Amino acid sequence: MAILVIAEHDNQSLKAGTLNTVTAAGKVGGEVHLLVAGHNCGAVADAAKAVAGVAKVLVADSAQYAHGLAENLAALVVDLAKNYSHVLSPAGTSGKNFLPRVAALLDVAQISDIVAVESADTFVRPVYAGNVLATVQSVDSIKVITVRTTAFEAAALGGSANVDSIGAAAEAQLSSFISQELTKSDRPELGAAKVIVSGGRALGSEEQFKAIIEPLADKLGAAVGASRAAVDAGYAPNDYQVGQTGKVVAPQLYVAVGISGAIQHLAGMKDSKVIVAINKDEEAPIFQVADYGIVGDLFTVVPELIQALGNN
Amino acid sequence: MKVLVAVKRVVDYNVKVRVKADGTGVDIANVKMSMNPFDEIAVEEAVRLKEAGKVSEVVAVSLGVKQCEETLRTALAMGADRAIHVETDAELQPLAVAKLLKAVAEKEQPQLMILGKQAIDDDANQTGQMVAALLGWGQGTFASKVDLAAETVDVTREVDGGLETVKLRLPAVVTTDLRLNEPRYVKLPNIMAAKKKPLDKLTVEALGVDVTPRLKTLKVAEPAKRSAGIKVANAAELVAKLKNEAKVL
Ligand SMILES: Cc1cc2nc3c(=O)[nH]c(=O)nc-3n(C[C@H](O)[C@H](O)[C@H](O)COP(=O)(O)OP(=O)(O)OC[C@H]3O[C@@H](n4cnc5c(N)ncnc54)[C@H](O)[C@@H]3O)c2cc1C
Ligand SMILES: Nc1ncnc2c1ncn2[C@@H]1O[C@H](COP(=O)(O)O)[C@@H](O)[C@H]1O
Repeated sequence: MAILVIAEHDNQSLKAGTLNTVTAAGKVGGEVHLLVAGHNCGAVADAAKAVAGVAKVLVADSAQYAHGLAENLAALVVDLAKNYSHVLSPAGTSGKNFLPRVAALLDVAQISDIVAVESADTFVRPVYAGNVLATVQSVDSIKVITVRTTAFEAAALGGSANVDSIGAAAEAQLSSFISQELTKSDRPELGAAKVIVSGGRALGSEEQFKAIIEPLADKLGAAVGASRAAVDAGYAPNDYQVGQTGKVVAPQLYVAVGISGAIQHLAGMKDSKVIVAINKDEEAPIFQVADYGIVGDLFTVVPELIQALGNN
Repeated sequence: MKVLVAVKRVVDYNVKVRVKADGTGVDIANVKMSMNPFDEIAVEEAVRLKEAGKVSEVVAVSLGVKQCEETLRTALAMGADRAIHVETDAELQPLAVAKLLKAVAEKEQPQLMILGKQAIDDDANQTGQMVAALLGWGQGTFASKVDLAAETVDVTREVDGGLETVKLRLPAVVTTDLRLNEPRYVKLPNIMAAKKKPLDKLTVEALGVDVTPRLKTLKVAEPAKRSAGIKVANAAELVAKLKNEAKVL
């Protein structure tokens, strides 16, 4: 049977994590279909049909899907799921929101945040803040899965799948969208960035976070992340949080500035290719995972680093 | 209005768990156990709603082994009015927990159910969404603000791009994120008082739920260790290493 992947998007562009999820679906084996549920989402459907490895794109274009409300989206996916062996979505806040609802309505388990596909029914997923990898086998007829996108390559572009329009499901009428307040930034998206500069509690204030972290990120063309402590203190927006209960990232280069390296933070970044830590405490746990460490005061080290980068 | 809060007993967040030598599971004998941190936030929110006069009763529910009583006593000490313990030694996966919570909700008829967004042991992030689906209720997940009215609740949610606010018809399910509130410290007199609050017992059988696990754990292993690298003396040396050795610049 075929595999259904639910595209993540904002009605304008297809989110990068969808491509990694298509790769995970390909590893299961079977024809991959991509569902684009949204409103005025033609541009997303066009992007979706170009994803290599996708056999068919299903488009449900209706006002009730404009904001991805879980109750409405789940009803649509449950109707479709009966024709599929697997239903996958990226493990972003959208997939985490509606997919467990789908699983419950199908009376099957959800397998959260998989990092490897062993076979069509067996998957590897991290538990205990990534300190343990569990290999789990599902006995359910339909496997409902969220995918840790950093663990899979992005699917290539250049495909030309057929696009089928499908009808909307009955509206759940349990919830409605009121407003959103999106963090504005011209930087790359955290989940897909090649370089990330993250700041911790040591930055001390929102002003200093901006004054220290942003110029370094500019110099490196980097996305900006933060520890929980920095977000809790209001130095950075909530969607910057990297970690067990925030975003999981795996860039080529991760620079941790004034972050101690609690296991909850490491859970979100320890698969980065190269890790740099700047911390004044030489015993800070972050140094146990860092490839390169500088022991020193970030308020002098970071400006020096910006200068050293400028000379190159 | 009645609120039901789900609290899970988990390995304390400060403990780094070890995999058993035979790879069959995680060794949690003799490690410190606590209330799941997101559930502390859930209890705190429910108690604040009561203190604000919007809620009349807060009922804490925990499912699992005998020692979940301790977790429930903590919830009572924080201000919950009574507790329900569904006692079982069976392994409970999120779908089974959701079915049990649905059965409890059908008995208790709450208008609002608050859960943590994620248990820090299984890292599943499923149960709240599942119980909402099974009850046919709306859901406000990853909440950083909850604005409760008589027939609706507005929930501000922490999402990948920032914040989003949705309106839910009651009854509804809310799951908590870290910024919702800062849970109070429980004081000794509250701990003493909590001992006198009612803690009722229920069984899986009485609730009529099949809790058979749907996922079989074949093995557990520790991930590949990352080894510590080197300390460099200054920024110039770092840039040189990143260019010439790591080749990431
Ligand atoms: C349920 C739960 C979930 C969590 N989820 C997450 C998560 O997803 N992500 C996350 O990050 N955390 C998470 N945490 C929090 C985590 O446990 C730590 O508290 C947090 O990561 C610490 O942030 P920090 O490193 O910025 O602060 P601290 O631990 O306070 O570290 C600050 C560091 O800065 C250094 N420093 C201070 N001044 C300077 C200076 N001038 N120059 C250089 N260095 C300096 C100090 O030596 C110290 O190492 C979670 C916790 C719980 C309980
Ligand atoms: N055994 C349990 N007893 C009570 N509540 C639970 C239990 N398991 C999960 N929960 C609730 O469901 C939330 C999410 O858990 P999970 O879906 O396992 O990540 C937790 O934060 C709790 O509020």
